[in-house]
Amino acid sequence: MAQDVLSSQRHPALIPLLLAGVLVMGLASVNLGPVPLSPARILAAFTGHGDEIAQAILFQLRLPRTLVALLVGATLGLTGAVLQGYLRNPLAEPSVLGASNASALGAVAAIYFGVADWHPALLPLLSIASGLIALMLLFALAGRSESPLTLILAGIAVSTLAGAGISLALNLSPNPFAAMEIMAWLLGSIENRTMEHVWIALPCVMLGMALLLYDPRALDALSLGEDGARSLGVDLSRTRIRLLLGVAIGVGGAVAVSGSIGFVGLIVPHLIRPLTDRSPSALLLPSLLGGAILLTGADILVRLIPTASELKLGVVTAFLGVPVFLVHLLRERRLW
Amino acid sequence: MVTISIRGISADLGRRAVLTGLSATLRPGTLTGIIGPNGAGKSTLVRALLGLVPTLRGLIEIDGRDLKTLSQRDLARTIAYLPQGQTLHWPLSVERLVALGRLPHLGPMSRVSREDREAVLEAMARADVAHLASRIATELSGGERARVMLARALAVGAQGLVVDEPLASLDPGHQIDVMELLAREARSGALVVAVLHDLTMAARYCDRLLLIERGMLVAEGTPAQVLTAERLRTVYGVTGHIDIGGAAPVVVPTGRWREPQAEAE
Repeated sequence: MAQDVLSSQRHPALIPLLLAGVLVMGLASVNLGPVPLSPARILAAFTGHGDEIAQAILFQLRLPRTLVALLVGATLGLTGAVLQGYLRNPLAEPSVLGASNASALGAVAAIYFGVADWHPALLPLLSIASGLIALMLLFALAGRSESPLTLILAGIAVSTLAGAGISLALNLSPNPFAAMEIMAWLLGSIENRTMEHVWIALPCVMLGMALLLYDPRALDALSLGEDGARSLGVDLSRTRIRLLLGVAIGVGGAVAVSGSIGFVGLIVPHLIRPLTDRSPSALLLPSLLGGAILLTGADILVRLIPTASELKLGVVTAFLGVPVFLVHLLRERRLW
Repeated sequence: MVTISIRGISADLGRRAVLTGLSATLRPGTLTGIIGPNGAGKSTLVRALLGLVPTLRGLIEIDGRDLKTLSQRDLARTIAYLPQGQTLHWPLSVERLVALGRLPHLGPMSRVSREDREAVLEAMARADVAHLASRIATELSGGERARVMLARALAVGAQGLVVDEPLASLDPGHQIDVMELLAREARSGALVVAVLHDLTMAARYCDRLLLIERGMLVAEGTPAQVLTAERLRTVYGVTGHIDIGGAAPVVVPTGRWREPQAEAE
């Protein structure tokens, strides 16, 4: 019998490997760019002894971009794992359920109608509020059904509506680059991010994560259905509010600086689940770390693949997300 | 030792009245069967005992305390509940599944104690599933899975145990296993309540029966008092062969009961 049957079990090497992965991806992301910086110059810059050029490149360009990638990826990975546990559905994740697009819509509205200029906090706040409305709309549409199909259909409806809203808002705005901007928000991009973006995302991401990581056992209890969970003492209405707020705040803050990046929350828990005891709580921390690795890796790929205009992050994650859907489809049809 | 007093409770599901003015007392050391036709309100009654459906009128007292004043966690530690249907959404191992029964004793971030671990092992032994500990629960046979689910409920270590249709889709051997397990729990002092459809099993293993029809209690007492030919006819609409009193009581429906003269329906 295992040492501790009451806590979630994971492959013992999983967390150390993921932590190492985060470190490697973070360093690679900082190291990579048109101007080659030797590790010695990077180290010197970090310890405050570096030359001015190295310092400028690192702290104004690469470090903010890397930090945004890590924060956004971690949020999307964690919210995917939480939503899957809460909804008992392996296909749930913020972009599939429309929360990402809705948050992006809030951010777009804040930026292009000038609201964001009134106060810097309004951008993430509007993004969070519109994500929250979308999640409530989603639950209202899907009702109390435990069927994955109902939920996915409701998610498609919310996601499409919010996507159309983004296009409409940008079409209406007096912005000559509207078409490109629409792409950036719908597919996500973390080009040219500054420390200002990090400071917008960081508090939201931290608060969101705290809400999502509190009481992971409630998600385990939901494995037994809603009655089963309540009969184990789980306060479901409080859990629902906590998780709704956690997802909306985390995803809202992340999407406000990156746009809507799909599939991270789908791919990461799917890859990690086989390395755990498959209980929802076992997935949370690894999905957080895995999301950070995946998104930073995708951003490195975006920079490495030579294209005329920079490849959008969401394109890369969509290519990675499709196989996950295929696997589920094949299992559903019992072909695999 | 825990006693549950149900005092004139009523409950609605949507606009339909499901329970109307139902009163009963459930005592420790007793296996109480709740029987009645489909839609009579059996599941709603047991869900009300767990605070899972709001009661409109009346009162449920647990050891003299109003259920509504108890927190969900306190209630969860007092009464363990096994919903019908053996719901399990993820392919958890048997020991992880049984361990979920300890959740009412654990805070959101608290560590697991040795007591919790022992309760899990003991529950698996009592339900005879210790040998399945590392198997995946969703891959077990129906009979094994029913016992695993019971072990999960036993792991709570509550003084009350409420199970909803524990015999559904079990073969006769496994039905007997489950009923004997419930009877053993009652003999060791627990308050055990089981929603049952099989009247022979109810007659054979239950100390008391509550017969419910359209949300009302129509009979209460020992199996011999409750299960009469008259009641089979009026409540279930069937004729039946009843032989209670011997060592192996039998209640077998033999056909639909029809009004002798009329073809009114």
